[in-house]
Amino acid sequence: MTHIVVDPVTRIEGHLRIEAEIDGGAVRDAWSSSTMFRGIEIILKGRDPRDAWVFAQRICGVCTTVHAIASVRAVENALGVQAPPNARLLRNLIMSAQMVQDHVIHFYHLHALDWVDVVSALSADPAATASLMSSISDWPLSSAGYFAGVRDKLKAFVERGQLGPFGNAYWGHPGYRLPPEANLMAVAHYLEALEWQREFIKLHAVLGGKNPHLQSFLVGGMATPVDPDQQASINVGTIAQLKKLIAGARDFVSRVYLPDLLAIASFYKDWASLGAGVGNYLVYGEYPMDDGPKPALFFPSGVIHGKNLAAIAEFDPAKVTEYVSHSWYDYGAGDRAGLHPSAGETAPNYTGPEPPYERLDTSAKYSWLKSPRYAEEPMEVGPLARMLVAYGRGHPRVKALVDGVLGKLGVGPEALFSTLGRVAARGIETQVLVEKMGDWVDALAENMGKGELRIHEGQKWDPSTWPADCVGAGFHEAPRGALGHWVHIHDGAIANYQCIVPSTWNAGPRDAAGKRGPYESALLGTPVADPEQPLELLRTVHSFDPCMACAVHVVDAGGHEVVKVRAA
Amino acid sequence: MATRTDWLGDALREHSLTRRDFLDFCGGIAAFFALPASAAGAMAAAVEHGKKPSLVWLEFQDCAGNTESFLRASRPTVADVVLDTISVDYHETIMAAAGHRAEEALATATRDHAGEYLVVVEGSIPTGARGAYCTIGGRSALQIAREVCGGAAATIAIGTCAAYGGLPGASPNPTGALGVQDAVPGLANLVNLPACPANVENLTALLVYFLTYHRWPPLDRDHRPLFAYGKTIHDNCERRAHFDAGQYVEAWGDEAHRTGYCLFKMGCKGPATYQNCPVIRWNEATNWPIGCGHPCIGCAEPEFWDRMTPFYKHLKGIPGFGIASDIDKVGILATAGVATAFGAHGAMKIAQHILARGEPAAPAKPAAPARPSAPIGPVVPAGAGKGTPS
Repeated sequence: MTHIVVDPVTRIEGHLRIEAEIDGGAVRDAWSSSTMFRGIEIILKGRDPRDAWVFAQRICGVCTTVHAIASVRAVENALGVQAPPNARLLRNLIMSAQMVQDHVIHFYHLHALDWVDVVSALSADPAATASLMSSISDWPLSSAGYFAGVRDKLKAFVERGQLGPFGNAYWGHPGYRLPPEANLMAVAHYLEALEWQREFIKLHAVLGGKNPHLQSFLVGGMATPVDPDQQASINVGTIAQLKKLIAGARDFVSRVYLPDLLAIASFYKDWASLGAGVGNYLVYGEYPMDDGPKPALFFPSGVIHGKNLAAIAEFDPAKVTEYVSHSWYDYGAGDRAGLHPSAGETAPNYTGPEPPYERLDTSAKYSWLKSPRYAEEPMEVGPLARMLVAYGRGHPRVKALVDGVLGKLGVGPEALFSTLGRVAARGIETQVLVEKMGDWVDALAENMGKGELRIHEGQKWDPSTWPADCVGAGFHEAPRGALGHWVHIHDGAIANYQCIVPSTWNAGPRDAAGKRGPYESALLGTPVADPEQPLELLRTVHSFDPCMACAVHVVDAGGHEVVKVRAA
Repeated sequence: MATRTDWLGDALREHSLTRRDFLDFCGGIAAFFALPASAAGAMAAAVEHGKKPSLVWLEFQDCAGNTESFLRASRPTVADVVLDTISVDYHETIMAAAGHRAEEALATATRDHAGEYLVVVEGSIPTGARGAYCTIGGRSALQIAREVCGGAAATIAIGTCAAYGGLPGASPNPTGALGVQDAVPGLANLVNLPACPANVENLTALLVYFLTYHRWPPLDRDHRPLFAYGKTIHDNCERRAHFDAGQYVEAWGDEAHRTGYCLFKMGCKGPATYQNCPVIRWNEATNWPIGCGHPCIGCAEPEFWDRMTPFYKHLKGIPGFGIASDIDKVGILATAGVATAFGAHGAMKIAQHILARGEPAAPAKPAAPARPSAPIGPVVPAGAGKGTPS
């Protein structure tokens, strides 16, 4: 039995530590620990609830829109404000652009190096690489000369002897299976994607002033004026700009990202039977299609238990509980209690080893993350959960794409419950969204044309119009999964604030019953050829797209406020 | 491995650029800094010779927003060339290596280039709970920062968290979070690039400046380069004429808002915020917050989370509404009250130091005459500055 520690887990957002027992060439047990905490919910107490989104947004600079959205929704829910239709369209565009850009960056810049051997690309034949590229896509950057240029650039970089961010990696590991030409193609697209993401995210600058940390959200709507006859507003020129950016994204996703995903996956089909994890999936649903209090959602909500797609249950917020049995917090009722997030009784109490330390005591408390549970079960959230619920509920485009990908890889639907399934679901979701975004631009243009220029509902803007005491919840599907914010407003100020974040669901430690979190569960049985180079372990952890700054949540240090939750 | 001496030439050719293009770019940078034209030649020479300097990028209590900003570096092809003058030997978010191999990369870079490497710090440094609020590879952020920043040629604190404690350091500062200058006092060659996040154009410009002259550009009393923080948002705002003419947005989406009038009454902190957003804008100059209709929140200023909030309440004591003839007085009068603001700031910092680390901090800096006042936010809950709850 070999005990390994991977800390830091790199190519993620934030600070994650994985400890694992390796025996007989595979992971026998695993522990996921978050090693950073800021206490943003504590800082929010006493503040103006209209400011909350600016604070909450800084929970994460990678998924830089998601906490702003969840926050304005929670406060709107508490105050009883309904944002006007244009605000819904602007938010849908901002949220979907975040999802698309985030997924592409994850695939190429955070995850690809687990599958692509950069050093192997040096020995690729450019002509053969061009043939490979032409066989999978009609993307124009596909000539032998182009790939020779990329290879030579890489060669020059390596020959300078300073590998920078590519140094000290697991190059040459037997787990890398792509031929040199596929590696070179992927390296070329790593570089192209770096350029592409910078271009595409201008959509956020257009609608939010800047990225990261867009600055156009408001409780009650958006701050971006809409008027076809004004240069300081979103006008017809802006509409054309948005359409061009979305067309560019559709082009890149359908002609580079998805073909690459399929080509790479075809060499790693064994990963379609590894890394399933807990087999339970939770989705709040996203992209409201109308403006009622219970809007239809483009990606439906639902709960899957035990991989059963035939019986998808409705999401019930009352079934969410959180445990701290293995987390550095105390509960008044003791460490075995599970509490609904509305009864946010939380007090941080670090009982781990004093830094510097070598090992955590994983039999005791070992993470800054709590363990959220739904109906007492750990749940996976994220693109795979969303695509499974949409597939099971018969979303036509999702169903067509999922069946198409499974067919191309020659695997059955059971392959979805895996490390590779997570990677594929993320790509499929990206494709579905880039196809959809144009509709929201058209709807915005149509509204402008008929004189519907409202962007904000101002009746409840002034705090004097607020009830003395109110509570609300805001739900959102972030790129990494189901996100919820809960707020309690008293006398015009935040009395309590709480978030349950996608990576908390996925990366949380064991609960009171000893049930592992989704990361820990998914790692069981993962083959590890060389414990000194745990490449395979990184593949499964990265397939979840960890976002640890988001995941750490704590409520108030005193810790006894009770918030009543109302579903959004 | 072979050492290439003409890698820049190769790189330029790969980007279909001539040396003339590169010199033009350097000239542009020189003009940006208002340097003499002869500086451009020196800059190009400095970039062409020698091995790439090592840079390590540390992330502590951060959101990776500055890392994401870094990925948005514009002037695409030429920026690639310029950034290739740096060897990024450690950066958790982008590096291929993981675990102890990653930590080895950090150890190697700091050992082999001792006293010569650059360090960028993103995120604040917690001093509470004996360092347990942020550990990497089992070591606390403070231990890492002392060691890595202490051995560097220079330290760049990027973003408001690394510069001043930022969001984690906002009242009541639950984790005893500090900026680099307070957590590791006495560092030589410290430059702060605050803003939430920092605009990557300012980082690129700063690096080129340093590589060229091997010194930092002139800094203000908060260690910020004057080229990026020498004027207020208000000084250069495209809506300034509307401020002077008394034309203000009164409600979100009203005709004044759609027309692009001044956002002052909606809470804009531009008059109290030193930053060059209106000049360089964001995302390859696509837009900026005021350009899209939302007020400035003052994110480049120390303690803006406490001093600039509530965000939608307008500043007090900024004269000049609708009186164009009083423009000149605005900047002068806006500096009144700075001593009050900074007195409170200094006291809070000292309290944090004492409670969190059991030792007194350096005395609060004296008020500088060149800074405007900012409102003291009314939302500083009881217990502000008490450090960690543990």
